[in-house]
Amino acid sequence: MNFLARLFQMIGKEKSKETAKKRLQLVLIHDRTDISPEMMENLRKDLIGVISNYLDIEEDKIELDFSKEERSVALVANIPVKNVKRRAERRAEPA
Amino acid sequence: MDPRIIVVTSGKGGVGKTTTTANLAVALAKAGYKTAAVDGDIGLRNLDVVLGLENRIVFNLVDVVEGSCKLQKAMVRDKRVENLFLLPAAQTRTKDAVSSDQMLKLCDELRENFDITLIDSPAGIEQGFRNAAIGADEAIVVTTPEVSAVRDADRIIGMLESMSKSPIRLVLNRLRPAMVKSGDMIDVKDVLDILAIDLIGVIPDDTAVVVSTNKGEPLTLGDDSTAAKAFSNVARRILGEEVPLLDLDSPDQKGFFGFLRKALGL
Repeated sequence: MNFLARLFQMIGKEKSKETAKKRLQLVLIHDRTDISPEMMENLRKDLIGVISNYLDIEEDKIELDFSKEERSVALVANIPVKNVKRRAERRAEPA
Repeated sequence: MDPRIIVVTSGKGGVGKTTTTANLAVALAKAGYKTAAVDGDIGLRNLDVVLGLENRIVFNLVDVVEGSCKLQKAMVRDKRVENLFLLPAAQTRTKDAVSSDQMLKLCDELRENFDITLIDSPAGIEQGFRNAAIGADEAIVVTTPEVSAVRDADRIIGMLESMSKSPIRLVLNRLRPAMVKSGDMIDVKDVLDILAIDLIGVIPDDTAVVVSTNKGEPLTLGDDSTAAKAFSNVARRILGEEVPLLDLDSPDQKGFFGFLRKALGL
């Protein structure tokens, strides 16, 4: 970050150029993957559903987002595990 | 040199496709290459007025693809520059008047007759754009440093990539260096980071462009403005020359205070 950006961050004001850049980067990630916020939310719910069959996870601490590299995008999920379920338990639970 | 066909496109309208096409066509013709400037915007023709050739049109692109007129007969020869020819769009027809096959056939014929063909694409991502791009080997994407234009450029780049155009290179138009310096305009580097394609030129926002369009005299005919120089440089880069980017800093960024600002990262 350059001096100016740091200075403006200190006084709580961001230059419109930075705002434009951030907005563009976000909007393009969604444009390129063709995924709407609603779809993201559904994906999160489905992921929780599937993973919960196998692991005890901290649902409210899940981080799910896209990370950008050149022109490709990766879906990165950070899912804290509380406990691994026992074999018998896993089989007994409905899918 | 093998004949080349380059589509000039952008996604968003009003970012300077036609101005870029006209200026590059003039500069390439002046460099000695037999150049065709093709208006691909059927129904909304504009390249003719920007080039100042609107009074010389008899036949147009649709007449040629429909076979009612030979290509050579429809091409308008520019009397100011040797080697420059315009194929105007039809004004009274719509984009449906031309099919992809017809465009491909036209491009084959252009390849036989010209060293370089520039096709000015219509805005949008529909059939008009596809027709303009289908017969081209390479692409030049024009954008301005605005969120909307860059977003549309990204979409178009994806489409050009899937159509296997190569190289696909970027012209960043209407840059205002003073606004970039003050932090209120996206910089060249930012745009390139976001779009991840090669840059072929940066054109400063210049009142000379408006004047030249008013007169129908592209800047590269002989204007000495910075924009004229920037367009000429793009043409030279198309021809494979390595030309450094212009220093677009406005005068107040130069000298002692300019040095001071630079040193402070301002």
